[in-house]
Amino acid sequence: MTTSTQTVPAGTGTGEPVLRAQGVTLRFGGLTSLDDVSVELRRGEILAVIGPNGAGKTSLFNCLTGVYLPQEGGIEFQAEPGGSWLSLRGRKPHLVNRAGVSRTFQNIRLFNALTVLENVQIAAETRVASGPVGIMLGLPGNNKAARAARHHSREMLDFVGLRGKESLIASGLSYGDQRRLEIARALASDPKVLLLDEPAAGTNPSEKLGLAQLIQRINTELGISILLIEHDMRLVMSVASRITVLNFGKVIASGSPAEVQQNPAVIEAYLGSGAVAEESVEAEAEAEAEAETVTDVVTETVTETETVTEVDTVTDVVTETDVVETEAVETETEAVETDTVAGTDADEEGSK
Amino acid sequence: MTTSISELSAQVRRLRKHDAWYKNPLWGRLAVIECLALVLSIMTNETQGSPSDYTLLFKDSWFCVRGVQFLVAGAIVFVIAEVWRARGLSRIAAQATQPVRDLRRNKVLTNPWTKRGVLLAVTVIAVLLPLMGMFTLPYFQSVLAGQVGVYVLAALGLNVVVGWAGLLDLGYIAFFAIGAYTTAILSGKLPVGDDGNPELHPPIHLNLFFAFPIAVLLTMVAGLILGAPTLRLRGDYLAIVTLGFHEIVLNVAKNDPRGLTNGSLGATSISTFRFNLFGVHYDWRTNDAKPYWYLAIGIIIVVVFAFRRLEHSKVGRSWTAIREDEVAAAASGVPTVKYKLMAFAIGASTSGFAGVLATAKITAITPDNFPLTLSIFVLAYVIFGGMGSITGVIVGASLMTFLPAFLQGPPSWFNSGHPVVNVNDIPMWIGGVLLVMMIFRPQGLIPSKRRAQELSQAEHGVGDADAMTSPAEGVAQ
Repeated sequence: MTTSTQTVPAGTGTGEPVLRAQGVTLRFGGLTSLDDVSVELRRGEILAVIGPNGAGKTSLFNCLTGVYLPQEGGIEFQAEPGGSWLSLRGRKPHLVNRAGVSRTFQNIRLFNALTVLENVQIAAETRVASGPVGIMLGLPGNNKAARAARHHSREMLDFVGLRGKESLIASGLSYGDQRRLEIARALASDPKVLLLDEPAAGTNPSEKLGLAQLIQRINTELGISILLIEHDMRLVMSVASRITVLNFGKVIASGSPAEVQQNPAVIEAYLGSGAVAEESVEAEAEAEAEAETVTDVVTETVTETETVTEVDTVTDVVTETDVVETEAVETETEAVETDTVAGTDADEEGSK
Repeated sequence: MTTSISELSAQVRRLRKHDAWYKNPLWGRLAVIECLALVLSIMTNETQGSPSDYTLLFKDSWFCVRGVQFLVAGAIVFVIAEVWRARGLSRIAAQATQPVRDLRRNKVLTNPWTKRGVLLAVTVIAVLLPLMGMFTLPYFQSVLAGQVGVYVLAALGLNVVVGWAGLLDLGYIAFFAIGAYTTAILSGKLPVGDDGNPELHPPIHLNLFFAFPIAVLLTMVAGLILGAPTLRLRGDYLAIVTLGFHEIVLNVAKNDPRGLTNGSLGATSISTFRFNLFGVHYDWRTNDAKPYWYLAIGIIIVVVFAFRRLEHSKVGRSWTAIREDEVAAAASGVPTVKYKLMAFAIGASTSGFAGVLATAKITAITPDNFPLTLSIFVLAYVIFGGMGSITGVIVGASLMTFLPAFLQGPPSWFNSGHPVVNVNDIPMWIGGVLLVMMIFRPQGLIPSKRRAQELSQAEHGVGDADAMTSPAEGVAQ
């Protein structure tokens, strides 16, 4: 399985690592979620982690940010070039954030009852040193710090393009805007490394385009190194400088986008084993004569299921489509039930 | 697919047409209501059972005019409920409260100066209250100082824990008790030696005002001791632990360790507040409740100002974040354990503060003054008023502490001074009020904006209204 290509062309980054995971192994009981995974994020680059559903991408993120404690392996982070390496393994999530690694979530996790501005303020204010006693006494230093944090939060909201929506309730935003708000919240704590977990899931094509631009702007204008999980191959190909492919908790390939596309192990992971996959790849490659072949097919299958469901993508593609179907049936039966209730009066014997 | 749905529902309707009339759930509801009416008829009957005539109670409450009255009342309730149901419960409620909501959205009311003016007016009214109407009676002055003032203060503290940080604390009055016993010890009434004479033994005789900071510190430490190992628990588990903590504190007080608490006898004739500084001398006497009321108002105002600042600061926002999504809060850099401990310590110290105030007023304490039900009641005040809303909690706690006292001994112009209901039934009626309240207005009298938002989202299946359930994507160990 492991046919990782070690020779990697220089991306936009400087080439020095900023965050590295070495030999990370994570097990849940008998299930091995991550098996000896090594990933290296270089300073200033955008590294995409791709792989089929259930490959362990989000588990890797959770290990990197202290949500899960991997049984084996080391995770190290270097905040400043030439600075000392800090072990993130087993570090509490909020301390990982404080060290300079912040993240977003696959299924959006905003503070839904708070306003857009408050959502960002919470993250910005974790860098403010003011205690409860000082706040209760209303010391002037606290007010000044709070004002500075609010200003910083506004800047971040402007940066992601949410200007003018500051006082809205977070749950009232559109899906794409909620994704942007999550990114703004992650940026508000001034990270050196940003981990984006499927930022484009459930967004429409124009929103995806905007997100791709935003990700690139974060990388170039703010100088933040980005580790990106994404299923949308167009997005990945357009922004990533390198790609690492996971399958069944193992790194099966790593390299530049062009290299990864050609990698037979990757093709097998996405399209199943054997000649069928390669035939279809060849056929399409002939028809289009482009390098995007495999990824196109993958994108189509994955995005289709994604847009329909927006369910947590834990199961692999096939089972997920099954889930979609059963769910559709369930909603139908529900509709029948509600219908009967809405009739004159519900009666159990009647519906059977 | 749609055809099959309509076919199915048509089939269901066809089947139902031929159903027997008694299968209609309408009659089931009527039967339930009538049964309740009959039970209530027995429950509220003053007639006791008699050994010579076993059926006396039933004859007296069912097979007579009384029974018919209750059945008719049940039928009326049934008709009203059915009409209400048919017209849409929430729509009627929304229509009824529309004017209030319009009023709240009014520009004049949202102006900060109007708010400050209202606050000042409320304070002035509160200060002048003991000079008005029935509050000139010593009984009601005593209720104001000993019940309303004390429990408003306690509820404000619990609001920090439950309303803001979203931690369910069922042992809140344990801290109140610690504050009370601290007061008794510092005033020199405890510990009592073998000879039973407190005057000979206690090492400390302090002015009770010094009991405030010491009690606050002690309860804060107690809160941290309880919180540090238990705050990694969530929701219901934490509630059970706090319940146990209350029992522990109560039993320690009863078991009289080294004569420190004097067992179930407690402490008596605890000294009251005294002010003697710069030639100004003032004594809070036990025969007049008014000064205690003023003292309580002063303390409450200070606490309200401090807590309002907290709510709209980094701390308040972090609490909300933790309550809504702990994983996301931690990922955003919020030290969750620290903030939860902070909420616990602030709540506990406020409870201790209230304990000192209450002890100085009643001057005698026994472990029976701090039953578990009191913890539950204070929680009920917070929920009744509106979790997370300072105004709501103050209003809720005042109403819920005042109502039982009023029912127990109303002024002469009301029901000619007799208790409105049987004194033993008062908890039942209070429970009824809470029940109705929770059915029709679960967010409380005056809900906080954030809480109301969460509740409506929870009803639509987005997020949680409280910290009771752990998020779907939990933390693996």
